Amino acid sequence: MIVNNVGLLPPISPRLRSRRIADRVFRWAVMASVLLVLLPLVAIMGTVIVRGAPALDWNFLTSLPKPVGETGGGVGHAILGTLFLALGGLLIAVPVGVPAGVFLASDRMPRLGGTVRLCADVLSGVPSIVVGMFAYTLLVLPFKQFSAMAGAFALAVIMLPTIARTTEEVVRLVPSTMTEAALALGAPRWRVMMQVVLPSAGKGVAAGVIAAFSRGAGETAPLMFTAFGSQFLTTSPMQPIAALPLVLFNYAVSPYDDWHAQAWAAALVLATLVLAGNVIAKVATTRRSR
Amino acid sequence: MNPMPMPTETRRIATGAAGRDVALVAPRPHLGMPFQRDEDSPTAPDKEPRGIKMVIDSLTAGYGSHAVLRNVSLPVIERTVTAVIGPSGCGKSTLVRCLNRMHEIIPNACVSGRVLLDGRDIYGGHLDPIELRRRVGMVFQKPNPFPTMTVRDNVLAGWRLTGTRPPNADGVVEDALRRAALWDEVKDRLKAPGASLSGGQAQRLCIARALAVRPDVLLMDEPCSALDPIATARIEELIHELASSVTIVIVTHNMQQAARVSENTAFLYMGELIEFGATAGLFTRPSDPRTEDYITGRFG
Amino acid sequence: MQARPNTSGADTAFHATLVLAGLGVVTVLAGVAWELLSLSGEALSKGGIGFITGMTWDPVAEEFGALPALYGTLVTSALALLIAVPLGIGSAVFMSEIASSRVATVVGVLVDLLAAIPSVIYGLWGLFVLAPLLREHVQPGVQKLFGELPLFAGPPLGVGYGTAGLLLAIMVIPVITAVSREVLRAVPDTQREAAYALGATPFEVIRGTVFPYARSGLVGAVVLGLGRALGETMAVTMVIGNRYDISASLFAPGYTLAAVIANEFTEAFSPHYLSALAGLGVVLLGTTLILNAAARLLVRGVRHGGAG
Repeated sequence: MIVNNVGLLPPISPRLRSRRIADRVFRWAVMASVLLVLLPLVAIMGTVIVRGAPALDWNFLTSLPKPVGETGGGVGHAILGTLFLALGGLLIAVPVGVPAGVFLASDRMPRLGGTVRLCADVLSGVPSIVVGMFAYTLLVLPFKQFSAMAGAFALAVIMLPTIARTTEEVVRLVPSTMTEAALALGAPRWRVMMQVVLPSAGKGVAAGVIAAFSRGAGETAPLMFTAFGSQFLTTSPMQPIAALPLVLFNYAVSPYDDWHAQAWAAALVLATLVLAGNVIAKVATTRRSR
Repeated sequence: MNPMPMPTETRRIATGAAGRDVALVAPRPHLGMPFQRDEDSPTAPDKEPRGIKMVIDSLTAGYGSHAVLRNVSLPVIERTVTAVIGPSGCGKSTLVRCLNRMHEIIPNACVSGRVLLDGRDIYGGHLDPIELRRRVGMVFQKPNPFPTMTVRDNVLAGWRLTGTRPPNADGVVEDALRRAALWDEVKDRLKAPGASLSGGQAQRLCIARALAVRPDVLLMDEPCSALDPIATARIEELIHELASSVTIVIVTHNMQQAARVSENTAFLYMGELIEFGATAGLFTRPSDPRTEDYITGRFG
Repeated sequence: MQARPNTSGADTAFHATLVLAGLGVVTVLAGVAWELLSLSGEALSKGGIGFITGMTWDPVAEEFGALPALYGTLVTSALALLIAVPLGIGSAVFMSEIASSRVATVVGVLVDLLAAIPSVIYGLWGLFVLAPLLREHVQPGVQKLFGELPLFAGPPLGVGYGTAGLLLAIMVIPVITAVSREVLRAVPDTQREAAYALGATPFEVIRGTVFPYARSGLVGAVVLGLGRALGETMAVTMVIGNRYDISASLFAPGYTLAAVIANEFTEAFSPHYLSALAGLGVVLLGTTLILNAAARLLVRGVRHGGAG
């Protein structure tokens, strides 16, 4: 039998006070870090609104830029260009990304699935400027022409991993009982996927697509040597095209005060576009998971 | 089996105003009920009658406005095993988690009533829950050794986590592991990760971890529910041995287990204490029809 | 699999389509690496190790050394992590361990918004708000206090390594916070309870139990943040100062790999020049790819298999 000092109370820790103080200090430090993290959000969005709103009017949203020295002018061409490029990107990324996501969720070839998943994750970590160089060598060099097509392709590469991984996640959330019930009725797998699984995961897939759209719409670096930018309203996929982030960048680094003001207004438009897409995607996913 | 005193009398001591105060001042054996093991039991070396270690007094607990536990009162006799039984959802776990104030780490938790430890209210403000938990240890449903620590560090975790060092660490480790009947199995791999043990060993490691800080009371929340029958038998044996040195409160959904290991049993149903008394009496002559229904298996 | 009775032709075709799409993702990644390597082949083979260790960047003389840009990338990223790691993990701890679930949700949404702001807007803000603020109010003060240190030498320009590092910190915090939060959430509550039951304070529970359990995942979060910092282009390009040099002072202007590419790629007048810029891309890609792959594996390890 082991001897125990029965009934002996453990000594009251003399360190209890300092431990409690350490605990409190930690708690305060953690809360302070949250405030420090949120401060830039307030500062950035506040500045964008305060400086962007005065230059923002209907004319700014719809008209083309004026030459240097003339006041006025707008970013209508760039807003359309950004929508054009981002939609073009989706047009390429969705047909690859969604089936790739379904493939990842199907687990039918786990070895290949693992490789694809790793590639998608790594691809999402590739610097966007590098994606721009890739699109340049693939679609600009051979044609000796900057083009909307190359820009859309670069955005598609950036969107692809997001779409694939979100699709995988939401398809996995579809209860397997639902799939099994349909399979038990004798439906072939592809019908089950197209008519049972994808419709019930549809909202989530859409959310992923919207998130990818808004991420693509905010990208600058991959467009610098693909879409390149333009002073005009163009819609040809083979021509250079304007984009809101490009205009913003060019105006910001220019020496003209008038352009700086327009850059802030463009930032407000871009932030609204991107954050709205983000919020829509988020709302769609939260509703679904409830 | 010794003839047991009337169970209802015990209950009155806990709830009645007079009994409460007396228990507060002098938890002496003649006031608490001297429940004892069989006299020839090797695990009950001292025949001195035991006092009341803890008193649960009109305890109500729950989450937000939802009460899981309503007005429960019962004593916990020193160096005995008290079993808490009842159907799932009856508040068994909540009850023991109120005894070391673990209940309140869940957001939105609320407690009212009193819980006395050696006559002092643990909710009274004189005792930091941090310190209380060192005196009232706990073993959980699923074995939860710290996977990033070695077996040895797991045993010492109560010190390590709180930034202190026991005077004789090796001795503490060996003593705790011996008391948890694990020493012989792990003495050669004290440096192995805590996650490398089997389920039963891991649970005994958790018991050793709790014992290493020398608590007065050990709470066990269904400690065997994740274990196989052989591991369960070892833990039950261990509980018997430990009862000579530590006051044990064990929650179990297994009535046979309660009958095997405990001196006293509390039966909870839908958050209320239905019956409390000597285990033998409660299982052979339940005074409440609901207890009888439950122990004869007529409850859903 | 081939024995399944209801595997029809349509089913096989469907599955083949999915596999093809999956291979598409692999192809794109391989394509990025391949195109970049072949474009940069000339510069890399001609320059050899000198391409990485060279100090001069002279397109006219066709002398290309990447070291100052690499130095700028590493210094700004390290500075960003120095600021972002404690703040990001601290915020994650707040959300997963301290705040009520409602507060945590609100903070989570705000942090996600911070992550969603396009980097060119960060750059705009950095150029017109942060840099002047640092130049007028912070840098002179720091120099008054620590003026002798080479770390803070030189005229306060507002733009430079320090400003870029700070701006990068703001940009990578949401990445670190979001991933850390997920990692901390994956730590089972039974671990926390075990520590509380031994008499640990919340701080001791987090330090002694939660952090060790989540350690590899937290490392993964930090490395993901580092990946974003290394590859970030626009914001850094706007506040780094664009001077191709190495300086010990945080107040000095510099350059980064991504910024050089962004500024010079469309002006590359010769194949050698283009190849050298692609070489910078290879250096950048190589660093980020290795770090990202490592980070993902670490994070996944925690999510699926407990601590490691």
